[in-house]
Amino acid sequence: MKGILSSLRQLRQYPTAVIGMIIIGLLLVVSIITPIIMPYSEAIRLWRGGELVWRYYPRNAAPAWQNWFTSTDLAASVIIDSSKGDIEPTFEQISADTREGFYSYEFDFPYDTFPPEVILFAAAKYASKQPFVELTWITPDGREIRAGEFSATANTSVRFDQDTRLQRRLERETGIKGITVIEGLFDDPSKEGIQVLQGTYRLDATALLFEPESTLDMTFVSYGKVHGLAGTDHQRRDLTVALLWGTPIAMAFGLLAAVFTTVTTMSIAAFGVWTGGWVDGTIQRITEVNAIIPLLPILIMVGTLYSRSIWLMLGLVIVLSIFGLQIKNYRAIFLQVKESPYIDAARAYGAGSNRIIFRYLIPRVLPLIIPAIVILVPGFVFLEASLAVLGLGDPVLPTWGKLINDANTQGALFNGYYYWILLPSALLMIAGLAFAMVGFALDRIFNPRLREV
Amino acid sequence: MSNNNGEINETSQVNGRPLLEIKDLHVWYELKRFGFGHAGYVRAVDGVNFSLEHGEAIACVGESGCGKSSLMKTILGLNVPTKGDVIFDDTSLSTTKGNELRQYRSKIGYVQQDPFGALPPFMNIETILEEPLKINGVSDKAERASRIRKILEEVKLTPVEEVLPKYPHMLSGGQQQRVVIARAMIMEPKLLVADEPVSMLDASVRVEILRILRKLQESHNLAVLYITHDLSTVRYFSEFIFVMYAGEIVEFARMEDLLDDPKHPYTNALLEASSDPNADNALVQREIPKGEPPSLVKPPTGCRFHPRCPAFMEGICDVKEPPNFEVSPRHLVACWLYDENKGHAV
Repeated sequence: MKGILSSLRQLRQYPTAVIGMIIIGLLLVVSIITPIIMPYSEAIRLWRGGELVWRYYPRNAAPAWQNWFTSTDLAASVIIDSSKGDIEPTFEQISADTREGFYSYEFDFPYDTFPPEVILFAAAKYASKQPFVELTWITPDGREIRAGEFSATANTSVRFDQDTRLQRRLERETGIKGITVIEGLFDDPSKEGIQVLQGTYRLDATALLFEPESTLDMTFVSYGKVHGLAGTDHQRRDLTVALLWGTPIAMAFGLLAAVFTTVTTMSIAAFGVWTGGWVDGTIQRITEVNAIIPLLPILIMVGTLYSRSIWLMLGLVIVLSIFGLQIKNYRAIFLQVKESPYIDAARAYGAGSNRIIFRYLIPRVLPLIIPAIVILVPGFVFLEASLAVLGLGDPVLPTWGKLINDANTQGALFNGYYYWILLPSALLMIAGLAFAMVGFALDRIFNPRLREV
Repeated sequence: MSNNNGEINETSQVNGRPLLEIKDLHVWYELKRFGFGHAGYVRAVDGVNFSLEHGEAIACVGESGCGKSSLMKTILGLNVPTKGDVIFDDTSLSTTKGNELRQYRSKIGYVQQDPFGALPPFMNIETILEEPLKINGVSDKAERASRIRKILEEVKLTPVEEVLPKYPHMLSGGQQQRVVIARAMIMEPKLLVADEPVSMLDASVRVEILRILRKLQESHNLAVLYITHDLSTVRYFSEFIFVMYAGEIVEFARMEDLLDDPKHPYTNALLEASSDPNADNALVQREIPKGEPPSLVKPPTGCRFHPRCPAFMEGICDVKEPPNFEVSPRHLVACWLYDENKGHAV
């Protein structure tokens, strides 16, 4: 054990290994923190909750930091929610039962592109008489545009871009035929053509509440073309959820599969070598037969016909790797160790087979399996992603591979949503690279003969 | 050798059975063709008889491939006798199996040739010495510790506290061999099998290791089977010595008798080949037996040494296997030269 620790300390001599260790460390930290801040059930609720959960999020928005690299700033989301106290409406009693409420949504719009959607969500409580709302759009240059009126229900959404009366009014005011509502609302009339007017906009909503008990909450959302750290997908879902939750799943899948397959193949090899004879022969034949059984098609078959649960897939991978080709490598080492004089000595003082296998044979190769495990991890991470990309990913869990699969089916690359594919791919590559860098360094430390190479 | 041990057993059977009895021992390894077809046997040990008393030391000499390692491993219970038997401490090896076999093994100490290879590199000295005790059911930790301390002091590996946490590679060759001896002795065996215990050590520490072994033998009334190809170290040790050639014992005698008055042509040749540190010998041309040890799959007919023997008698040595001739009390030789009729009348 001490030898292993001092060998790990030698890792510091390899800069690539240090970088790899830092990356693995970060991935592990994310893997631990993610389930704490966003428990499994919460993640599933968010990811599978549908449009209601994500209705304030834009569709297919790029990550916010994309604006740092482009000369035109894409619109970011603006969300002003009266129920969360973003604005405080003022009320005026105008008759015994009726109150008039003023909601004033003011926001800065310093971007170069139009928002894709502008929606006002209203949630009213009333007994029989619906509150009535009148909207006025005030541009930075002081123009006031009547932006329609509506009767609020428990769940009303006012989509400005679908208001044809508003669209005709804006056509008249701007003199541009075929202008959309959003272009009209954000247009700079002093400039040629349709261009965004930057500055502070305001949406004033005047609400009449006809019952003393009735309430009205309204949320104004100007959807962006960029959103958050990782952007959003076609169902308005924030990709950070999947990227964060993909980390512990990838780590768990990779590490569990690597550790289990290594431990089982090594134990089987040790048992076979020690027992010898037909047992060893049988293990060898099973290994060879197993080697020609293709793993991926079996996984695809099970995924298609039975279940796509990630844990079932993990179990299958482990079961099919129990008699993996690694047995051959370990067997070669054990055959050598078996002939060591200290094994003879152990037999001479009465050690039984189990003791010899677990106390004398296996400890000798432990230094070799540490790099082996680390190098195996990325393979299994990629395998999980491959399954997801092939459409056999876990139907419930958000994973990196699942994101790539979603992006692929939605034609992300044709539509220019590069971030959707690049972010999970980059994480996969970084994770694989980190494990490979640490693994190769460990290999050099534990197998000194490789050092000259 | 078939009927050589009448004389030896007579003198040694003073108080009951001998500690170790080897009776007509054969150890053959099957050769396989293409992994399953039978292709003959390697006759590593082919009819060996001798016995060993409590507290007695016996040396076994022979060149590489003469079967001394197979003989040793069979006595240790690591090989299965093909024919014949090993009886140690009233336990017959041929009928012992499973747990009893493991118990049998644990009653014989084993000192190996290469001390570094004989110690598991991933265990410290304390663990190495604890293993035999744990395996053989000494469950009391304090007792284990006191036995380890006692034996380390006996092999003069002190201070004990400094040695215990060390790993084999941190010790010198001589110290490693002391650990090996301590491990062999920790179960307080009645028999110690020493397989060339000093051949891989520096000349400077050889004598010290041999002295430790001699002292252990005396203080524990230990029987020792000392296996070597180096005749210069056997004198230290044993009362009796036997010479093996091609799986058989060719000469058996008291140490002094054999070294001073060798009878068998092969023993002669062995003694000729061993170095004698005398300046006068520098220019003396020696007669070394020509050729190599014979194949053990198809050993030569008659006397197995006849193809290399300088005193080869045609029609006798290559036809008939020589029995044991007693040339002087307790000095047995398997060679037709010592037959009164030179083999003609047999």
